[in-house]
Amino acid sequence: MISTRNLPFLAALAIFLLAYAACVLQFPNMLSTRVLGNLLTDNAFLGIAAVGMTFVILSGGIDLSIGSVIAFTSVFVAVVVGSAGVNPLIAFAAVLTISTSFGATMGLMIRFLGIPPFVVTLAGMFLARGAAYLISTQSVPISHPIIDAIQGFYFRFPGGGRLTAMAMLMLLVFLVGAFVAGRTRFGANVYAVGGNPQSAELMGVSVGRTTVGIYALSGFLSGLSGIAYTLYTSSGYSLATVGVELDAIAAVVIGGTLLTGGAGLVAGTLVGILIQGLIQTYIVFDGTLSSWWTKIVIGLLLFTFIVLQRGIVWYSDRRLVEGRLKEA
Amino acid sequence: MNDTHPLLEARGIGKSFLGITALDNVDFTLRSGEIHALLGENGAGKSTLIKILTGVYTRDTGTVKLDGRDVAPGNVAEAQELGIGTVYQEVNLLENLTVAENLFLGRQPRRFGLVNRREMRRRAQALLHDYGLTIDVDALLSSYSVAIRQIIAIARAVDLSGKVLVLDEPTASLDSHEVEMVFAVLRKLRDRGLGIIIITHFLNQVYDIADRVTVLRNGGMVGTREIETLPRMELISMMLGKELQHVTRDHHALDETVEKSSAPIRFNGYGKRGSVAPFDLDIHPGEVVGMAGLLGSGRTETAFLLFGIDRADTGTAMIDGNEVRISSPETAIAHGFGFGPEERKTDGIIGDFSVSENIALALQARQGWAKPLSTRQKAELADSFIRSLDIRPPDPDRPIKFLSGGNQQKAILARWLATEPRLLILDEPTRGIDIGAHAEILRMIERLCADGMSLIVISSELEELTAVAHRVIVLADRRHVAELRGSTVTADNIMAAIADPSETEAA
Repeated sequence: MISTRNLPFLAALAIFLLAYAACVLQFPNMLSTRVLGNLLTDNAFLGIAAVGMTFVILSGGIDLSIGSVIAFTSVFVAVVVGSAGVNPLIAFAAVLTISTSFGATMGLMIRFLGIPPFVVTLAGMFLARGAAYLISTQSVPISHPIIDAIQGFYFRFPGGGRLTAMAMLMLLVFLVGAFVAGRTRFGANVYAVGGNPQSAELMGVSVGRTTVGIYALSGFLSGLSGIAYTLYTSSGYSLATVGVELDAIAAVVIGGTLLTGGAGLVAGTLVGILIQGLIQTYIVFDGTLSSWWTKIVIGLLLFTFIVLQRGIVWYSDRRLVEGRLKEA
Repeated sequence: MNDTHPLLEARGIGKSFLGITALDNVDFTLRSGEIHALLGENGAGKSTLIKILTGVYTRDTGTVKLDGRDVAPGNVAEAQELGIGTVYQEVNLLENLTVAENLFLGRQPRRFGLVNRREMRRRAQALLHDYGLTIDVDALLSSYSVAIRQIIAIARAVDLSGKVLVLDEPTASLDSHEVEMVFAVLRKLRDRGLGIIIITHFLNQVYDIADRVTVLRNGGMVGTREIETLPRMELISMMLGKELQHVTRDHHALDETVEKSSAPIRFNGYGKRGSVAPFDLDIHPGEVVGMAGLLGSGRTETAFLLFGIDRADTGTAMIDGNEVRISSPETAIAHGFGFGPEERKTDGIIGDFSVSENIALALQARQGWAKPLSTRQKAELADSFIRSLDIRPPDPDRPIKFLSGGNQQKAILARWLATEPRLLILDEPTRGIDIGAHAEILRMIERLCADGMSLIVISSELEELTAVAHRVIVLADRRHVAELRGSTVTADNIMAAIADPSETEAA
């Protein structure tokens, strides 16, 4: 069944496929597993964080702390593993615990102090960034046998492309995220809260638990994204990943999730990530374009999608009114 | 049916908010297999009682027994588990979810920890089939009409709880055909032995579907009656609180010359489809026109039309012989109108603003924002009204939300008096106000009209209307059905006028 609810997702998918086809017509080399593999690897950390952002936006909220949490995570892991010599797996577990409780705390404040998510996560953004500076203002290189092993692990596609551990992690996160959103009670509650928190409460949804869960999940995935980013760059740097939360929001919205909450798909966010990655890849292939064109195209796409969503809402409202007039 | 044991029995229920009593010593008994209407004007305590029964509020005093067991639900979910389900008028289900998701939110069938969508769809279809609905349960709720949504909400509530079903104005936004559809469902549920409580303000519907009625007034219990032996007149007098009194008041009739002269403010054939049927209304200077009618009769809608909040689609408005278009409150204010709305807290005051800012609002709006009132002007304005209206505490800088209802109402009056209006419309000016302030506001109304201002007073307190109004217009079913003047302005004439036309079907 194709409901109007999924129309933005389908539009995003169509745009991606058409754009990819157009790119391939101009640069036939872009149709290679190598390009595809790099596309996934280069955007892995953004994709992981964007899954968390999808849940937040589905619930009608926003999380501005993501970029800072990623930077904090990468610095923390680099310093703890690189300088202190702790086993990376222990460092990963520690940092995921920290980022998850950080997110949960923001969720608690949003719910029980009644502060808008924008304000709470803005404060969280400054806090996490500040904490990252506190640990180190330098770019800290990291090297450890376990990390080298993870970085060196990949599957080879036919054609020379590589599916790296980071890319696999991102795809796994998307898969699990899609299941959680679509097939669990928690996921249903997220959509319910995003639709109308008062109604959801009256229908017996625990809005408090759901809100805390959503921001804890976003915190966890930001931490995971930070780990992927550390693996990707082999270092931790407190000035890195400024504004990544905005890229994540862009991916979520381009992927068809309603910015006001209540409608959208996790799979759409993957398409949103791929569209952003595709634009970057095209610019690399072209070689003459400034990289700022990425921002311009993403800006235009965002406008298009917001207008499209408005149009769909308006259209379905009108159809409903017409339907009622016919009944009468 | 009289011998069936009570399903739900509430005794001596009381509840107050911040020292203001909302419900005092109310008894309520619901039998299984009956539809019990809960009636009363706004502020009577219906919603408070319902919210106590459904776990939204906790009661201060009293006991509630369900099936003979003491219960005290602490939240909606607990009430549901006990067997008490609720359907509200509007905020009810989630439009962004499918029908099946709405029916099973929070209790989705699962397999291996994951929601089993196929099973959910099957059960949703089976559930709705019992209610005579065969619809696509995978379609979004927003694609269905309000009546269908209401039935889905009922199905969910009954499936969840199964003993008591509470409906809070379930038919407010339905047309008559849709109302019949919902009522058919309710009758079927009653025959299955459910106890159903319904709040509605359509008396026709009460007589159509209810077995018994309980009437509340001002937070107190008026009585419970079998509907079959309750004449309409008596029900109305129970709701409005006046025993049929055959007393005619000595009415301060309007000066003859004024009444004979043509009125400076005239509305001809004024109306709006779906809101109020076209009516004629002349208003003389210094006249108090009362508007009576039950909740939902079109009282407030009339005020909205006159003040330009709703736009009339028929008729003309004449002021001093010139035809004018009142298309917004702004133009109404420009013509010298003022309006004190019924919902004081949400529509009247701006809670975080100070008393003096609240008073200055309308005058400022009339002057235009380009010419701001100076701080000194505002202070003078506030001081003079705080003194003349005796607003307490006499502190112009205190946020108005900390004042009592009566003093808030006085500040709203001051806001309009500052603009020196020629017509002031007051919707329920004395609701939620203590007795002392009540009398003061009535005196103020008399003083204002003695100064030549015209007033329209909407009220469900008949005594109030008969005391202050020169003329009373009676509304029922969104029509102006009668006009009483002079010595015919009595409580029983008003009630008779309300009762009589309601034989016809509601629009």
